[in-house]
Amino acid sequence: MTPLRRPVIGSPFQILLLACSFALAAYAGVRLLADDRPGVALWWVGAALLHDLVLLPLYAVADRAVVQGLDAGGHRRWTMYVRVPAALSALLLLVWFPLISGRVELRYRSATGRSADGFLAHWLLITAVLFGGSALLLALRLRRATKHRPPAVH
Amino acid sequence: MGRGPVSGCAAAYGRIMRDDSRLPTSPGFWRSPLRGPWFTSVLGLVLLLGITVLFVTGLVSYAAYNPDLSPVNDKTPDKGILGFYLFSWPTHPHWLYRLDQGVHVTLGVTLIPVLLAKLWSVVPRLFTLPPARSVAHALERISLLLLVGGALFEFTTGVLNVQLDYVFPGSFYPLHFYGAWVFFAAFVAHAVLKVPAAVRNLRRAREEGELRPAPEPASARELVAPHPDPPTVSRRGALWFVGGGSLLLFATTVGQSFDGLRRTALLAPHGGADPGSGPNGFQINKTAAYAGITAAETDEGAWRLVVAGPSGTVRLSRAELSELPLHSSALPIACVEGWSTSDQWWRGVRLRDLAALVGYEDDPPDVLVESLQRRGAFRHAALRANQVADPRSLLALFVNGEPLTPDHGYPARVIVPAAPGVLNTKWVARMTFGETR
Repeated sequence: MTPLRRPVIGSPFQILLLACSFALAAYAGVRLLADDRPGVALWWVGAALLHDLVLLPLYAVADRAVVQGLDAGGHRRWTMYVRVPAALSALLLLVWFPLISGRVELRYRSATGRSADGFLAHWLLITAVLFGGSALLLALRLRRATKHRPPAVH
Repeated sequence: MGRGPVSGCAAAYGRIMRDDSRLPTSPGFWRSPLRGPWFTSVLGLVLLLGITVLFVTGLVSYAAYNPDLSPVNDKTPDKGILGFYLFSWPTHPHWLYRLDQGVHVTLGVTLIPVLLAKLWSVVPRLFTLPPARSVAHALERISLLLLVGGALFEFTTGVLNVQLDYVFPGSFYPLHFYGAWVFFAAFVAHAVLKVPAAVRNLRRAREEGELRPAPEPASARELVAPHPDPPTVSRRGALWFVGGGSLLLFATTVGQSFDGLRRTALLAPHGGADPGSGPNGFQINKTAAYAGITAAETDEGAWRLVVAGPSGTVRLSRAELSELPLHSSALPIACVEGWSTSDQWWRGVRLRDLAALVGYEDDPPDVLVESLQRRGAFRHAALRANQVADPRSLLALFVNGEPLTPDHGYPARVIVPAAPGVLNTKWVARMTFGETR
């Protein structure tokens, strides 16, 4: 094993910089935590943990399943035709989940004077266009590949 | 890329753990061939620019509320030095708040895929062993909790607030404002520590070609999978993919800032259709019903505007107000939620003419405006003297040639150039000139 050659303190510039950063963060953090200390701390740390330990592994596993599934059928190079529409659709759902799911429907309707019904429909239609467009591109590409393939020698 | 000899104790760990690729602490666990210094550096530099713009537009938006003018405008009274830069919010150009807040929200939404991709590209570092190589490294990793937690906290509170999903723990203003400062403290430190390496990475990639192996510092090599899966997309392709996500979000959001493009904003909270048709058909922040305003208190017999000042108190019915000199101005409604309308044509009494009624003939002062609304964060709002003095600042009675509808503030509402929507008080009941609390 390589012996520890580096100094255990590390860069003094980095320590000074981070100390300065922590002091400013603490100044604002005291005010951030003033009203609901456990709630805000939970949201802050929870956001990082939820992303790093739940959301990211979930989509990584889903992606790997798609890649391996396509690979098993010999279609690995078509991965992006599935990944792009699926990821874009999921991204829109992630960002606009409160509106799309209808969980804020009552407040939204009462505050803005508009119905929230359209959001789910719009998301579904965009999803249809994304997958349909991707399927069309793939079909065109396959067609072109068949055309340009040299005739089989018998 | 990056399979050259390794050195240092991180590498020693790498050698020990290499075969056990079942654990995320082992470099072999991470298989994507995309991860590497070039990909992370490009995303990092985009975020450096983008988040800096978000921070600055956010601070400017905060100043637009004139929080130092009056406690009724100030949702963060214990801000201390964090309000050091506050200034009197101007009324020129009249689209200033619309632009600033539109950029803040639209850019924030657009950057979400970049943030997610950046976090994905560096996630192996979360599991790096040993947890800290030095005191400086330990501090940096603690700082990353502020950075990553802060970025997600700020983006999440913002995205939830514009959708009226108030599940976050407390009032949006202090959470988003103080949270921004905590995050920015970590962001600046991170930028100072990482930008030089990111710029070096990109320069080297440009000089030597992205995919050619090149000697790299150990810290950059940590991100490169030692046993990558065969690629399904190039790094450049992956970057286009991230950019495509941003473009999709941008295209389905930006229209909520323009009446002509609104129908293209298919998923944004104030995209799609207008709530009504005709002169009063444009977007509404809070309806009369939501604010608890009843017809009984706004009808011609019941409603009186109370205007108070040093020379006394004047009570005016809507009919009496309409007999005062009326003026027009073309001004937008621009909301903190990032949406706005194009200029609407308002007609009403100048605020400075109302000030003159109660003793301020030449020099209009600050004013406290109170709404009929009984609850809600901005039912009282203070305007500064420069806002009262602007000839385009009106107590509007009409919009686009018709009387205001209840949802747009009937019997009368304030409209001030460049002011945030919530300071354009609807259902005005009382205006006290020369006072702000």
